[in-house]
Amino acid sequence: MRILLTISLWLFASGAFALDAATVNKLGFGDGDEKIAAIAALVAEGDPAAAALLQAATDGELQTSGKLVLIVKGEEGVNAATGAKVAPLPEDREDVILNNRVRRELGGAVAALKLISPDRAIRLAAAKELTGNADEAMLPLIKKALARETDAGVKQLLELTQATLELKTGTKESRVGAVRTLGLSTNPNTKMLLLGILEKSKEGTFTEPDEDIRIEAQKSLLALEGRLAWGERAGVLFTSVSLGSILLLAALGLAITYGLMGVINMAHGELIMVGAYTTYVVQNFFKRTEFFDWYPLAAVPASFIVAAAVGMALERLVIRWLYGRPLETLLATWGISLMLIQTVRTIFGAANVQVENPSFMSGGIEVLTGVVMPWSRVYIIAFAALVLFLMYFLLTKTRLGLFVRGVMQNRAMASCVGVPTARVDTWAFGLGSGVAGLAGCALSQIDNVGPNLGQNYIVDSFMVVVLGGVGQLAGTVYAALGLGFANKLLEAWQGAVLAKIAVLVFIIVFIQKRPQGMFALKGRALDS
Amino acid sequence: MSDNANTSNESGGYGRVSTGGLDTTHGVVLYLEDISVSFDGFKALNKLSLSIDIGELRCVIGPNGAGKTTMMDVITGKTRPDEGTVFFGQTIDLTKMSEAEISTVGVGRKFQKPTIFEHHSVFENLELAMKADKKVRSTLFSKLSSAQMDSIAETLKTIRLGDNADRVAGLLSHGQKQWLEIGMLLMQEPRLLLLDEPVAGMSDEETERTGELFLSLAGKHSLVVVEHDMAFVEKIGRKITVLHEGSVLAEGSMGEVQNDPKVIEVYLGR
Amino acid sequence: MTDVNSMTGGMGRRLYGPRGWTVLGLCCIAVFVVMPILNLAVPAESPFHVSAYWVTLFGKVMCYAIVAVAMDLVWGYAGILSLGHGLFFALGGYSFGMYLMRQIGSDGQYRQPMPDFMVFLDWKEFPWQWWNSDSFLWCAMLVVVVPGLLAYVFGYFAFRSRVKGVYLSIITQALTFAAMLLFFRNATGFGGNNGFTDFRRILDIPIATPQTRMTLFAITGATLIGTLLLARWLTTSRFGRVLAAIRDAEQRVMFCGYDTVHYKLFVWTLSAVICGIAGALYVPQVGIINPGEMSPANSIEIAIWVAVGGRGTLIGPILGAGLVNGAKSFFTQAFPEYWLYALGLIFILVTLFLPQGVMGLMKKKT
Repeated sequence: MRILLTISLWLFASGAFALDAATVNKLGFGDGDEKIAAIAALVAEGDPAAAALLQAATDGELQTSGKLVLIVKGEEGVNAATGAKVAPLPEDREDVILNNRVRRELGGAVAALKLISPDRAIRLAAAKELTGNADEAMLPLIKKALARETDAGVKQLLELTQATLELKTGTKESRVGAVRTLGLSTNPNTKMLLLGILEKSKEGTFTEPDEDIRIEAQKSLLALEGRLAWGERAGVLFTSVSLGSILLLAALGLAITYGLMGVINMAHGELIMVGAYTTYVVQNFFKRTEFFDWYPLAAVPASFIVAAAVGMALERLVIRWLYGRPLETLLATWGISLMLIQTVRTIFGAANVQVENPSFMSGGIEVLTGVVMPWSRVYIIAFAALVLFLMYFLLTKTRLGLFVRGVMQNRAMASCVGVPTARVDTWAFGLGSGVAGLAGCALSQIDNVGPNLGQNYIVDSFMVVVLGGVGQLAGTVYAALGLGFANKLLEAWQGAVLAKIAVLVFIIVFIQKRPQGMFALKGRALDS
Repeated sequence: MSDNANTSNESGGYGRVSTGGLDTTHGVVLYLEDISVSFDGFKALNKLSLSIDIGELRCVIGPNGAGKTTMMDVITGKTRPDEGTVFFGQTIDLTKMSEAEISTVGVGRKFQKPTIFEHHSVFENLELAMKADKKVRSTLFSKLSSAQMDSIAETLKTIRLGDNADRVAGLLSHGQKQWLEIGMLLMQEPRLLLLDEPVAGMSDEETERTGELFLSLAGKHSLVVVEHDMAFVEKIGRKITVLHEGSVLAEGSMGEVQNDPKVIEVYLGR
Repeated sequence: MTDVNSMTGGMGRRLYGPRGWTVLGLCCIAVFVVMPILNLAVPAESPFHVSAYWVTLFGKVMCYAIVAVAMDLVWGYAGILSLGHGLFFALGGYSFGMYLMRQIGSDGQYRQPMPDFMVFLDWKEFPWQWWNSDSFLWCAMLVVVVPGLLAYVFGYFAFRSRVKGVYLSIITQALTFAAMLLFFRNATGFGGNNGFTDFRRILDIPIATPQTRMTLFAITGATLIGTLLLARWLTTSRFGRVLAAIRDAEQRVMFCGYDTVHYKLFVWTLSAVICGIAGALYVPQVGIINPGEMSPANSIEIAIWVAVGGRGTLIGPILGAGLVNGAKSFFTQAFPEYWLYALGLIFILVTLFLPQGVMGLMKKKT
């Protein structure tokens, strides 16, 4: 809509109206074929006024009165041919009837004419629309647009379209050139076009009689396929990193509570869920205000604090009494997870709740045709990196971090030198839980938020920590990214479920080879 | 180191007695040669070579981190050496065997911290350690023969726990646990006993008796005792090996070792 | 010096004392005499009549109790906490379920000789997993072999690599999770989400009659008692003492000359096989098996039955399975929304305050 508005504003402002009256009349009064001819003529003119007229026709604003063709917007009208204002409007106006065939023509024509808009965004959009469905009549217009086009992105798209069209109609030289140009494309549709050239008919003859063109097409096809493959790889790379970052977020908290403290917290997934529901609540607060886009600023700290508070309470009430009894801890925390799930069900209901993205996180960047990186995922990758950095900083550069590491390595000794071990335990567990809450906040942007959210992540998170090696932040990072890649690569090859199974089986086998994880220190400590 | 192999004359003759499977024709029960073990860059053992004669009672001392426990780990198969060989007798390569196999060929080990089966009775502890067929099937259907009962009773007497036979082992005093573990070792009837700090936590009287026990075992068995208690070492040690930074620093009688300038430097500081 | 022969020291231990045998005998009477009479002979109007609902419920709980005993063998005695025993149970159930599906014959909704879900998926012939599945003996063999083989292979690698403690627990959980995902797929060939249901016959006898139900009930009872005696025999032998020693100090056991891998592997595989048999008994009684049985939550619940009853007591886990599942039946009917709270609380309270379970409580009192 914005595009149309810009066009019309600009057209009205320029007032450069000078269209062939005969053509305009044909559009207003002619039959279907005549109208189509008129549209073609208007497109060929490539004039802003022509664009305005065709746009008006598309929007149903074209009317006739006697011999006059009018563009009527609300209560105001202009002469379609001259652009002169017509006031007062005649009473005996009739709408210009357009059949479907004409409408189709109009659609393409409007797009074609947008190519000469001064607004780059409009031209880009129009050029994109044309890549799939331009027809030969537009060739002159496209050439014209190309001649004055300065933007490289639009130019590339236009060249492609031009090549597609020239391939159908042009001379041998222009067709060879066209085939070469097609080879520079990144559009999967182009591949079909090139394949079409190389196709054989049923009788075994090539549909394309000219061998030179076939050779060129073959070359172009190879180049194109190479580029498309890179696009696909880029896509897989992105989704892998994205999944890796999600796994990392989910597992970072565990890296503290399990990796450093040795607490098997089966309720970790539910702490993620708590974070996600906190985000949901915060989002509801902001819902009907103009500050909606800012809600993540409140949701991130809120989910951290709520999850950390829940975690610290658990540590105080239950986990504290089970240190040194990992299997019992496992069972008790499982019990906690059941209770948290039921609590959420009671408060929010068993169904999933809707967490809306702030506007800057919707949409995405299109890197190549068909390869879109959603902003939400881009932000989550950045967020994961930030959380990782903060955690690293916290653990290595602060007093709390020093205490935590000290207590985990030698509790008795730390206690002797005056570290309040019990309090450090609580804080460390709170930190791990808070990070789980952050993970929940991030996940709420891309995943369903429901009572079972945590259960879906618990196995994965443990796999990451176990694979990475206990007590190793670096290991956790590598394991998360590694699993992300493994999952996505296998997924492209065998489908999501089998990929997941394969990865689980791989981990099971891997742990048996290296029971201490990838990055564990070898030591002479007696078996625990 | 190799020239130490035949210095122990009194046990040399004993070694020639052929004993089931173990070839000790050169009078040596254990050879360690150029053993190196490293943990993440830290060399716990550095080209350690050592040999133990038949029937010998050897004391191994050394400061913390000298590699004493790691050496025992290597001999018993708990840790695989990065390089070097461990031979039991002339033919048995211990580096290629599992812990259980090593135990079965006749190497018994007592841990630094007494490790016994706390929930089993003293009697059951000894029964489990007893030399017998230790495959799954035979333990399912096994019954104690009267000879085996006698041997358990004998050991109970040796370790002075006869009155506690039915007690749960976890309830024993620290010293009694040490004795029970030694008793379990005896039940295994090993050729070679490795004892890691056997008198730690024992009263003076218990230490005394332990020393006597070890002296009485020597000759029939070979013993390697790692100990910090120098008085105890002096009492039982005929030959002493000093480990430092993963290799042998000095070897000889107590007097020789005590006067070795290298040893003095290591122990009394620089 | 005490006389050696007077020392019990675990020697000559009997399976049970006179009191134990009496209780066991009473249980046998209850299962094989009282229940059949109350269900089949006492008329429905009588207040003493036991309805089909209760027979099925008791049968189901006895299946769970068998699993609990199997779990106690590995967890209570060998110290291996498995979070994947639900998988072995489900595999046994699926193996026998295949046979039950074949017994439906052409009586399914589509009136076709193939099971409904295959007709629905437009499959023309049985996939390889279903080979010979119309044979009772073959499927009965699968009930034992499939869980046993999987447990053996998994255990062989896990125990040989010295994976133990929490690590082992977590990878057993991953194992059952992976299997669940696998069985959710239609392409795996076991009915996907819906699994197997709508059974009609077993050994060509209609499955829904009171007589068949009671027969299955009695067989389950006999299996439970048999399992208990087998487990008791195992744990009172020297083998059992070695197992408990492995649980307490595995290093020491190895240095005593025992190859602990074989011990763990034996009891682990045996335990899986028992679970498989329990699963096979469960399916015809409950009438359905689906991949939900493999969910990690189900497996972890088995552990809590054992913990509630008391680890390492064999009788305790049977009690625990009964108590927890009794509570579950009660809650899910009376206050469905509170069941998870109750179950969660059981997990927490038992681990915090009842490490020896109900049996520990009873021991303390006497």
